[in-house]
Amino acid sequence: MSEKHVDANGREALTELLFQLADDDFLLAYRGSEWLGLAPHIEEDIAFSSISQDTMGHAAMYYQLLEHLGCGSADELAHARPASARRNAVLLERANGPGHYLREPRYDWAFTVVRHYFYTQAKRVRLESLTKSSYAPLAEVAAKIQVELHYHLLHWHTWFVQLTNAPGEARTRMTKAIQDVAADFAGVLTLGAKGTDMVRCGLIDEEKVLTENTIAALAPAFAEVGLEWPMPFGMKHGNGRNGEHTPDLDEALATLSEVYRAVPHAIW
Amino acid sequence: MTNEEVWKALETVKDPEIHSISIVELGMVEQVDVRDEAVSVCLLPTFLGCPALDIIRTRVEEAVKQAGASAVTVEFLRHPPWTSDRISEAGRERLKQFGIAPPPRQMPSGAWQVECPYCGAERTIMENLFGPTACRSIFYCKQCKNPFEAMKPVLISG
Repeated sequence: MSEKHVDANGREALTELLFQLADDDFLLAYRGSEWLGLAPHIEEDIAFSSISQDTMGHAAMYYQLLEHLGCGSADELAHARPASARRNAVLLERANGPGHYLREPRYDWAFTVVRHYFYTQAKRVRLESLTKSSYAPLAEVAAKIQVELHYHLLHWHTWFVQLTNAPGEARTRMTKAIQDVAADFAGVLTLGAKGTDMVRCGLIDEEKVLTENTIAALAPAFAEVGLEWPMPFGMKHGNGRNGEHTPDLDEALATLSEVYRAVPHAIW
Repeated sequence: MTNEEVWKALETVKDPEIHSISIVELGMVEQVDVRDEAVSVCLLPTFLGCPALDIIRTRVEEAVKQAGASAVTVEFLRHPPWTSDRISEAGRERLKQFGIAPPPRQMPSGAWQVECPYCGAERTIMENLFGPTACRSIFYCKQCKNPFEAMKPVLISG
């Protein structure tokens, strides 16, 4: 799809898709960065911060594509949009657990591992589809991100299997976390109200295909750990693609944009 | 200014996080164009979140200007993706000098084997897939008992 052939619906579908992709990676990278210094051990601290840095880089690429389309500067799109304009899945904005980064963080590692593992599988499937996107710049970015994602997937798969196969508290907590993540996971898989236009313009595969492929990607790990498949997926806390969000997002945006709002013209 | 002079200037631009290797040896330079004294340089980012990219951009501008260009534009391309097989043979040696094992030439499915950059032993183990920068992993040599880093293989599979 060359830019001059995009009709108004097509253009809206394209920017909508880019906002979904950008906001998903941006919010999850932010949640990941909140674990810095708190991860279970030093090696994980290094690995997780590296993954979050990559993921923030992926979000930046999508925001730059939006910038090229005339939607505003990438920094502004990342920092200054209110919660109601965000298109990320609600699952990805949810706090890491009770407590606060600076005051007695009681973050939930099981929830974090399951959320990242599920999301990374869905992201891999989505990227595979995007490499065939009719919008060439998006297809190019997807191919580049795909290469980096390989390592994220190895990492989260290892944690998922090891913790779920560990005896005692670990398996109980992982089982609970899987239910918790599944209850909101449909929100990651949906393309939202503009989904039909996205597919019509050849930007991405249908939601149904993406969902089936994501389930097929996750299923072997469930067989590996001997757990029941946690279907059906839900949108318990709302559909972020339609701008429905939780207070967790307000709190996240207030924190991450604090410096940007204080000095909007600072050079990063 | 000639194309060759620009490439020569680019060889002086080192990776800010691995001082022994130049961006040319890393395979980051995709294209150089010279029109009169205006130079355009197209680079491929290694990892997208790499914070060194902006520093590299500034140093390329400085180096090419110092070599005689009146104007320099530096662009990071989205395509083709940078892959670790773009690192030259000389580049692989420079990585070793810095204590970093060069990446394997095939994409492994899990952990991979590398030779210790210090003693050459193959008795090494991966301690962490992720290292101090996005492009590196942490290993340990059981022979000379040194921890070391290895560059991650980044290849297009399939």
